[in-house]
Amino acid sequence: MSILVDKNTRVICQGITGKAGRFHTRHCIEYGTQVVGGVTPGKGGATVLGVPVFDTVSEAVEHTGADTTMVFVPPPFAADAILEAADAGVRLIVAITEGIPVLDMVRAYEVVRRSDSVLIGPNCPGIITPGECKIGIMPGYIHRRGSIGVISRSGTLTYEAVWQLTNLGLGQSTCLGLGGDPIVGSSFIDLLKRFHDDGETEGVLFIGEIGGTAEEEAAAYVQEYFSKPVAAFVAGRTAPPGKRMGHAGAIISGGQGTAAEKIAALKSAGIEVAESPAEMGDAMRRAIDRSTGI
Amino acid sequence: MKIHEYQAKDVLRRAGVVVPRGLVAETPEEAAAAFDELGQELAVPSEVWVKAQIHAGGRGKGTIQEIPEQHGVQLVRSRDEAARVAARILGNTLLTIQTGPQGQTVRRVLVEEGCEIARELYLGIVVDRGCAGPVLMASSEGGMDIERVAAETPELIFRESFGADAGLQGYQVRKLAGKLGLSGPSVRAADKSMRALCRAFVQYDCSLVEINPLVVTKAGRLAALDAKMTFDENALFRHPELSELRDLSEEQPVEIRVAEAGLSYVKLDGNIGCLVNGAGLAMSTMDLIKLHGGEPANFLDVGGGADTEQVTEGFRALLSDNNVRAVLVNIFGGIMRCSTIAEAILTAYQSVGFHVPLVVRLEGTEVEKGREILATSGVDIVAADDLTDAAQKVVAAAG
Repeated sequence: MSILVDKNTRVICQGITGKAGRFHTRHCIEYGTQVVGGVTPGKGGATVLGVPVFDTVSEAVEHTGADTTMVFVPPPFAADAILEAADAGVRLIVAITEGIPVLDMVRAYEVVRRSDSVLIGPNCPGIITPGECKIGIMPGYIHRRGSIGVISRSGTLTYEAVWQLTNLGLGQSTCLGLGGDPIVGSSFIDLLKRFHDDGETEGVLFIGEIGGTAEEEAAAYVQEYFSKPVAAFVAGRTAPPGKRMGHAGAIISGGQGTAAEKIAALKSAGIEVAESPAEMGDAMRRAIDRSTGI
Repeated sequence: MKIHEYQAKDVLRRAGVVVPRGLVAETPEEAAAAFDELGQELAVPSEVWVKAQIHAGGRGKGTIQEIPEQHGVQLVRSRDEAARVAARILGNTLLTIQTGPQGQTVRRVLVEEGCEIARELYLGIVVDRGCAGPVLMASSEGGMDIERVAAETPELIFRESFGADAGLQGYQVRKLAGKLGLSGPSVRAADKSMRALCRAFVQYDCSLVEINPLVVTKAGRLAALDAKMTFDENALFRHPELSELRDLSEEQPVEIRVAEAGLSYVKLDGNIGCLVNGAGLAMSTMDLIKLHGGEPANFLDVGGGADTEQVTEGFRALLSDNNVRAVLVNIFGGIMRCSTIAEAILTAYQSVGFHVPLVVRLEGTEVEKGREILATSGVDIVAADDLTDAAQKVVAAAG
């Protein structure tokens, strides 16, 4: 079944006429995603990659029946693009853009969380249900369809994990990047709940990093409510406090958000934690074997 | 982006926060003149402070490397004393617990009027992930290391979250004033300063604003004795006035150049340089090196691209660190082809002039072709088969 996206998902790209929007929309189309239109204010009427471009999201939705959008709009206008999509009633918003001002996201999140839209990102690689729908910038070929759900705060580290899983014969149901910013639309818990209810998903691998308390909260949720096997990896054991490590959200501050604390919380919730990024796939294997009593 | 205390006070003063009167001096003569000008109407007769201006904290306890009895902040009582103290600080190196052992050269001092301190409070604002918005933190334990207060007596830190546009509300000020034990005219003063602080945080797209201590004077007035403001790098594009406040002399030249190239670089203490595409993967690579007995020299994320220019700039940054004994390149090329990445690495390698062993681990589209390009390049690059192999090889190469 997978979660959130499948072969029936109809996608528009906000920012399709920009370099990144165009490049990645092409790859999504090649993967087999149903891209039905694009939005760039002022460029309505054009055709890009064989799909119609509209001035507004609501026009795009009206004419194409799109239910999902991927946002490739530059940082100064990206929060506005997210708000526009929520206002137009788009049920899934996948925001790829990196560099959105934090306070813009504070304002946008406030609105989106009260709407019916689900927001993934920003500053994320996107979401993919292998073989059916790819929305974002991840390389399609590393994925293989199966029963492992993958949730990650990273980009290329996620690809590393997925590649390991694929090579171990552990295919994926759906893989999502939550985004590297401090304020993102969905949490580990939001997605764990969906994976919990998804009949196809039999286990979940999640990848965290320093900063914030998302992993600790996820650990508590797993301990209380999640019975499928879970494995995890946390990046940044060697990160020094007070320094931003690339992602705006990857910073240890006030003593909080260290990798050590997260790993301790995950382990005490019975989650299989990979000690090295080279064995994320192995950790998932171990979690599954443990749960089936091998 | 960080700014100096005197700049933060200037910004906050214009926003409506009460700050003590002060003037910036770059020479002892200017310090003496500043003393004279302030002396016209001092709040506390003959009490003026000379404060070194650097981006690091701990200046009061910190000492001047060249004259160890001299601290970074000192009370002076005459124009001559102001000049003398300024002379001992300006142009010299201030060592504090936050500067690192190399210290920081002081180019300016702030000459500021003293005030009659009755109490010291703390005010700080950050964007809190849990609340998904800005939060004002206030504490009666001002003038101390707030992280210690948070660790030892967290119940003494009071928090009020506020809307980015609605701002801090009057009832929230009254709540905090009550908890802080403020009464009388101090409450009105708190209303003015707290709300102004919250407005400034949003107006300037800050990531941190801190007033420690916020002084309650004997007359019941409030004044920000120290002010720290850090800005959201992602929002600087819409604050040209703030970009002007940037003090490049407080930043590492390497970090400046690298930021301009769109890379993220953080120097660490080890001897194995790493260059990676993606922040999570870059942190993991550092972790991996450590796990195999090595010490990472840096964090470096070239971003999703990894083109020739970025890799070249990345290599330059790594090699400018004399501690580096070996370098690991770890690139997971997603949509970008490994053959393209291999070419970029070779070009960068040749233009930068490598003098330490280089281990490259590539994964992604056309990985075999990429590896072949490196293997047949005639250049001494060690190819790794996987992450573990890469870590073992680079740790061995670093010796």
